[in-house]
Amino acid sequence: MQDATTFIDATTADGYLLVLAIVLPVIGILLSLALGGRFIERITLVLLLAGVCVAIAIFAAVLHSDRLLVYIVGDWQPPLGIALRADGISAAMVLTIAVIIFAIGLYARSEFGQQNGKATRASFAFWTLLLGIWSGLNAVALGDDLFNLYVALELLTFAAVPLVCVKGYEETIRAALRYMLFALIGSILYLLGTALIYGAYGTLDIALLADRVRPEPVAWTAAALMTVGLLAKTALFPLHLWLPPAHAGAPAPGSAVLSALVVKGSFILIVRLWFDAMPGLLTFTAAQLLATLGAGAILFGSALALRQARLKLLVAYSTIAQIGYLFFIFPLAGGDSGNELGASIAWTGGWLQLFSHAFAKTAMFMAAGLIAEALGHDRIAELGGIGRTLPITVIAFGLAGLSLMGVPPSGGFVAKWMLLSATVIEGQWWWAAVMLIGGLLAGGYVFMVLGKVLGENAALTLRVPIARHREILVLAVALCAVFLGLVPLQPSDFLAIGRPEMQMTAVQ
Amino acid sequence: MSSAALYGYCAAILVGLGLYGVVTRPEILRKILAFNVLGTGVFLLFGVFARRGADAGLRADPVPQALVITGIVVAFSATALAVALLVRLNKETGEVAIASDDSEEAGKQGVRR
Amino acid sequence: MTLAFACEIVLAGLLLAIATWTIAARTAFAAIAVFMVYGLLLSIVWVTLSAVDVALTEAAIGGGVTSMVLLGAASALRGSKAAVPRLNLPFKITAGVLCALVSGTLATVVFFLPDVAPTLAPVAKENLAESGLGNPVAAVLFVFRALDTLLEKVVLLLALVGVWSLSSDQTWGGVPELRLYKSPSPILVFLAQILPPIGIIVGIYMFWAGASQPGGAFQGGTVLAAMWLLTMMARLQDVPSTSARWLRLLLVVGPMAFLAVGLAGFYFADSFLAYPASIAKPLIIVVEATLTVSIGVTLALLVAGPPERVPQQ
Repeated sequence: MQDATTFIDATTADGYLLVLAIVLPVIGILLSLALGGRFIERITLVLLLAGVCVAIAIFAAVLHSDRLLVYIVGDWQPPLGIALRADGISAAMVLTIAVIIFAIGLYARSEFGQQNGKATRASFAFWTLLLGIWSGLNAVALGDDLFNLYVALELLTFAAVPLVCVKGYEETIRAALRYMLFALIGSILYLLGTALIYGAYGTLDIALLADRVRPEPVAWTAAALMTVGLLAKTALFPLHLWLPPAHAGAPAPGSAVLSALVVKGSFILIVRLWFDAMPGLLTFTAAQLLATLGAGAILFGSALALRQARLKLLVAYSTIAQIGYLFFIFPLAGGDSGNELGASIAWTGGWLQLFSHAFAKTAMFMAAGLIAEALGHDRIAELGGIGRTLPITVIAFGLAGLSLMGVPPSGGFVAKWMLLSATVIEGQWWWAAVMLIGGLLAGGYVFMVLGKVLGENAALTLRVPIARHREILVLAVALCAVFLGLVPLQPSDFLAIGRPEMQMTAVQ
Repeated sequence: MSSAALYGYCAAILVGLGLYGVVTRPEILRKILAFNVLGTGVFLLFGVFARRGADAGLRADPVPQALVITGIVVAFSATALAVALLVRLNKETGEVAIASDDSEEAGKQGVRR
Repeated sequence: MTLAFACEIVLAGLLLAIATWTIAARTAFAAIAVFMVYGLLLSIVWVTLSAVDVALTEAAIGGGVTSMVLLGAASALRGSKAAVPRLNLPFKITAGVLCALVSGTLATVVFFLPDVAPTLAPVAKENLAESGLGNPVAAVLFVFRALDTLLEKVVLLLALVGVWSLSSDQTWGGVPELRLYKSPSPILVFLAQILPPIGIIVGIYMFWAGASQPGGAFQGGTVLAAMWLLTMMARLQDVPSTSARWLRLLLVVGPMAFLAVGLAGFYFADSFLAYPASIAKPLIIVVEATLTVSIGVTLALLVAGPPERVPQQ
């Protein structure tokens, strides 16, 4: 017998993989502290390799079974207990997280590597915080309980903030403090909304809430508070002030993980909130409002990126802009969009934008990091001639830029193309205009950099030689963004696993 | 008005007070203090819902109470981390407040590896 | 209007007055002193809300160690003559209006709450016997929602790593400075000699009793942390070096035990973080004991701050 309080799903056979995904990094953190940081670099890389295998296993399991993976922790059914769930989106997210963090781990070996396994302050902090970010991200992607997600968000914040100032420079400490304040307010507003939801509906499990939530003032207040809090953490315009100094000031591997993955964690929660926990609440007005802020982010972020004198700041402002595209999911794939085909196209496009931006931004920050290491500075005006000495790096930067501009072949192109198609199908052509302008502006700042980089400068001397294998690593990450462009230009079945309303393949 | 509702209104005002303190006090230490007041307001709201959920022989619903305990611990560690950042910044530069606008600062940052 | 309710109105009014005083106080020290009072008052409020476990936690952590951390910061910042930007009046008014809006919305929501509240108390009561514990809050923390508690322990440790990472490269692995007193007053030394034995017994009892009465690992651990901090501040004990092997092991023994039991649950109880029915209670007590120690050490080190002195070899 099923009523609103009984629970439908039960632990699936390979649900234990979800637990492993969250627990593997925790083991690393505990080992790191217990061993005093010795061998933490090796431990992290081994765990990351294992984590990639677990992520592939989760992906394969979801693909093969064509339904959710579920794990009921401790065998206590929600609403009393906590459930972990992996749908197509979560599986893809966990895989992206594992691969990108593994690549960042390999990239960071030269800057934070350990000799003879000894731990310095920076190496201990970097690897432990990286493990913390990884655990937090997996917990956010797989969790299905609003309070469990709050703890996961805090885990993510506490790991990300010290990463910004791990090198100890004064301006990075200021940036980290500002980031901390924004993130704390964001979390507490999210918790306030969670309190209201519990008080009104008696459960925090997202699957159960989908049945219980009604469009009433309590739900609206909770949704508004939680969204504002999460927007502050995602740095959506106009709450983006903390991002440029923090992401630009962090060391290059830190910037990569922050821009590519950490800001996406809170975005995933916004989507889960509006699409999964409270689907009836996503009205036309609410969706248009979110997308308007996204449009503002695209225009404002791209315009500011054009005005930057330093490469890392330019890439950071570009992150602000690219996050704006993600918010077009709400009007185009939301419940009130009125068109199933458009909704599923927009859903695939939006998520593809998230994944391809993650790879592209990682490659961009890695490339910027290599250039800054080689030259000792990252002033754009003085980058001339680096194209000759670090050609692979520059090619990688260019390929990543293709994704940001939305030019084929790249995942960014497919994503933006699908979002554009969805705007046309649904008659919301005003977003198409914003996307086109955004693409032009992105082209502007990418070519601004490439132009300088490919310029002539006979007097260029490298401060530090850059190992070839690091450049090839950056190129490999950029190629991932390109390979995402090889997916067929139609709504993805995989990304719709676990959500029946999105399941629709292209018209034959 | 029941006692739970009374504390509910109390919690609502505490949230507003804390939020005002965080936004308007320029010194970081005062912002952290106001954040703690804001946090206690949110926890009090949980407590109100716990009290309203008294049933089956229990004086209050234990789930929100457990959530509050977790929340208090997390809020303390946030305070400790924020304070450590503040003290470190002060040691380097003598500042006690940071501008909310980063535009001049972003331009000043020198690049380091 | 009963006497009890009249008292509660007075209590709530006092709470709001003290909160306003904290926000509006002139100096940081005044604000923190008032905040300590606020924390203690709040724990009384929690008792009237039938939440004794929360009251203990709020008194210990909210009013206690938080105030210690803030006082330490205030004394470190005391000498700063930095210019503080003044915010203009229109900004303050806008902020005030927005915050009043938020408060008003919340108050309206509270006003329109239905008489019958959704609650998980019956479900918790039903499963309480199966969980092996007598204290429902402890059951939620360590049995029903154990994943939250595990992740929360990781959050605590990461916050500590973050705090430690703020030391300089030379003093890494060194000794934190508890910067409250340059030379402790005789009263402090006296208290530090008298209180810790009592405090340690209280802390252990709070953890032990937490299985069936209000209390538990967090509350007991905080009391232990406070006693340790007291002896360190009175210079009766040296602050340990953060690279000391015993310190690191004490930090992780709790979460490691918790995680190990959780992983063992895969084989012995069919699920992660499930306990085999026959030994549930003793197992949870053992895990809580290790967690009490770890929590105490972690909280004390979070108060102590980043290492600032090179370790003596």
